[in-house]
Amino acid sequence: MRRLRLWLKSFSFSELIRGLTVTGRYFFRKKTTIQFPEEQTPKSPRFRGLHALRRYPNGEERCIACKLCEAVCPALAIKIESEPREDGSRRTTLYEVDVFKCVYCGFCEEACPVDSIVLTRHDEYHVENRGENILTKEKLLAIGDKYEAEIAADRKEDARYR
Amino acid sequence: MSDIEIEIDGQTCTAAPNQMVIQVADAVGIYIPRFCYHKHLSVAANCRMCLVEVEKAPKPMPACATPVAAGMKVFTRSAKALAAQRAVMEFLLINHPLDCPICDQGGECELQDLSLGYGKADSYYCEGKRSVKDEDIGPLIATDMTRCIQCTRCVRFGTEIAGIRELGATDRGENMEITTYIKHTIQSEVSGNIIDLCPVGALTSKPYRFTARAWELVQSATIAAHDCIGSHLYAHTRDGKVMRVVPRENTALNETWISDRDRFSYEGLYHEDRVQKPMIRENGKLKEVSWQDAFAFALQGLQRTLNRSGVAELAGLISPSATLEELYLFQKLLRSVGSTNVEHRLRQSDFSDAMSVAPLVFSLNEFSDADVILLIGSQIHKEQPIAGVHVQKAFKRGAKIIAVNMLDYDFHFSLTEKMIVAPQAFVSALMEINEGKNAMAAVLSSAKKVCIVLGAAAQNHMQAGLVRTLAEQIAKKYNAALGIFTEGANAMGAWIAGAVPEKQMPTSAKAYLLLNVEPDKDCGNPAATVHALRAAEFVVSFSIFHNPILQACAHVIFPIVPFTETSGTFVNMAGDWQSFTGVANAVGEARPAWKVLRVLANYLQLSGFDYESSEEVRREVKEKSLARVPVVVKEVNVVADIPKNKIYRVGDIPIYEVDSIVRRAKALQAIQPVMEGELAAVRMSTEMLTQLQLREGMEVRVKQGEHSVRLPVKLDTHVPGGAVFVPGGIEATKELGNLFGEIEIEGID
Repeated sequence: MRRLRLWLKSFSFSELIRGLTVTGRYFFRKKTTIQFPEEQTPKSPRFRGLHALRRYPNGEERCIACKLCEAVCPALAIKIESEPREDGSRRTTLYEVDVFKCVYCGFCEEACPVDSIVLTRHDEYHVENRGENILTKEKLLAIGDKYEAEIAADRKEDARYR
Repeated sequence: MSDIEIEIDGQTCTAAPNQMVIQVADAVGIYIPRFCYHKHLSVAANCRMCLVEVEKAPKPMPACATPVAAGMKVFTRSAKALAAQRAVMEFLLINHPLDCPICDQGGECELQDLSLGYGKADSYYCEGKRSVKDEDIGPLIATDMTRCIQCTRCVRFGTEIAGIRELGATDRGENMEITTYIKHTIQSEVSGNIIDLCPVGALTSKPYRFTARAWELVQSATIAAHDCIGSHLYAHTRDGKVMRVVPRENTALNETWISDRDRFSYEGLYHEDRVQKPMIRENGKLKEVSWQDAFAFALQGLQRTLNRSGVAELAGLISPSATLEELYLFQKLLRSVGSTNVEHRLRQSDFSDAMSVAPLVFSLNEFSDADVILLIGSQIHKEQPIAGVHVQKAFKRGAKIIAVNMLDYDFHFSLTEKMIVAPQAFVSALMEINEGKNAMAAVLSSAKKVCIVLGAAAQNHMQAGLVRTLAEQIAKKYNAALGIFTEGANAMGAWIAGAVPEKQMPTSAKAYLLLNVEPDKDCGNPAATVHALRAAEFVVSFSIFHNPILQACAHVIFPIVPFTETSGTFVNMAGDWQSFTGVANAVGEARPAWKVLRVLANYLQLSGFDYESSEEVRREVKEKSLARVPVVVKEVNVVADIPKNKIYRVGDIPIYEVDSIVRRAKALQAIQPVMEGELAAVRMSTEMLTQLQLREGMEVRVKQGEHSVRLPVKLDTHVPGGAVFVPGGIEATKELGNLFGEIEIEGID
């Protein structure tokens, strides 16, 4: 009896119509697809993307080689070597972040006493050759220099929640 | 007096009368926070961190300065005690900068730890902090005096342990500063200990500065390799590289101290001179080859030379700082080949007394109840700084110290009696004491317990045999404990291993094996040794470092590793077998010397060289009694047959030139001229200047046999008449002959 009813119902296309109703609803709705990379979704100022090392406004690098980021890093992605600079200040001679190892937890930024290492809101970067996954001190500082205004604005915005 | 019982935090503890509360608490494991208190220093009670509540006392009492009393009840964690500790911590933090991220002490700082455990999270203080100008106190210790909390541990260490007042506190209250009295460099040979003592980051290690963090380091136990005390050390390594060295507590030897030489010598380990690959000489030039090729070349060369000249033409020189296993395999290899020419006493020249009498076992505890300490040819605080600390302690206790020396050393203690004589008069000076005629003999005979220290100068003396025999006789006469303070870390081990010849070493041989020997710096007669090596047909060197002489005359150089990179054993002068393991990675292709010796012996097809580990070698040494025929002690000649009217050289080895590692430690080399003055000079007394018609600053030709060097003349009132002080072990004098012996001084027109 039940099988007969289902057999007759299949001639009415009711499932098809119900399905197409959903399709039709979304067809006429406002689209959320964006044209990446020309268009971008909005990001939180807390977004944790590419790493950067910041400088003070006078051009002096902030990092003082305290190695707290290296100590706190759960993925052991940071490697630091340090020695006294000619002026006697404590500075890194090597600061490397392995972006393959990094899990973007942001602990390094939390640990940094001088707001030197930060995670920027940039998440689109790629590696073509072996070894390019290691961000050296020069690269990190260059990223910091490039996005300093944006980094500073993001920190400022987030500061009131801290 | 009998023990008394006190109660700390409800726990009943037994205490000896006169003990302080903090000592009792430490013994039972109750921690009371402290900064100024240190168990080996006097009580200052000026940090007030150890305030505890004592029942019936109106105010909290400092635990470090409160003697125990029967029935006393102490509360270390009561509300009153905690409030007092918090308040003290807040005061201490008023002027302490919050620069932990750039402070080397960060992560191992007592102030950091205690402020977390006993301090408050906030402070009422919002005024400016004081800052103090830093002084440069030398190449070993970095200062950040703003961080100082005036615990005065460093000041007390200087006066009580090192015996020189170098640091002191000036001014009072908030203006109090720890500083050198007159702006100068710290010169104590144990100064590095104030780095460990400093509870904050005010005094830190300069060579280690900013290079690593406490939490990155792996701590491994090892043994000091530069003197016969064998201080216990911890090597702190990162990625298999020694980053710094700190003391490991040992009550019998070094307590909690180590010498600067043991602390800072690690810098030498990574000197650019390190041999990284095996090298062989082809067509007169050294070239790097594989281990196999080097062994094959060495085998070929040795066989060729020995077949032609006989096994008696093979000689081996080994550093007295080699490990027991290395020494044993080295001599076993030579003896298996058939040669008995193996020597570790590189700087000594006279063995006429007894070829097979090993240095005596002497425990540093002997100093603890000595009334009189006789130093014979010993600058103890430079040769064995930790033994110097023990002598200093005895002096503080009231022991009299007397010395027979060839230079009037600046000891940190004052000498009751001293005889400063030229080398040619050294033996007769000792005979005077032995005959009991002079004032020194009077001091000795009045004593209940005498210790005699035979130092490097006595053993390197040209009549060392007589000196040793006389020292033994004096020791017998006054019932004294005699200590022969040998050079190197393992002279005792060398005797146990048998790295001594059965008869006098030949002056030259056709084939040589050298293990960690720099012929121009490590030998008592560098000119003769270098000459012999140049004339030899085949020289095999097991080297840690490259050396210009070896580069010129070695045919094979095997890279070996220093003590930090191999397992081994040092036997110290107390006779303790102190084994250690490798703590760092080997540099380049260098390998432990015991392994290299084992494989070379395999190549030479010698039997009994199938060791799998250094422990196996050590077991074999322990099992074997290396009996050699003792040579009868000669009767002492009353008049030693050396011409008295000549000028003699006193050839002490400067403190930081004793072995190949120390010579390459940068910071130690930087401090040495400050401690010792300009070494590349001929130093003599005013009378000698007049006698030789010389003026200070003049350049002269210094001649020993046919070897001569040009050196400037320097006035030095420490040198007795009839002698000149020309140090050995340094670049400027490496072409001269015997450390102690005749010398000629010629003015250059």
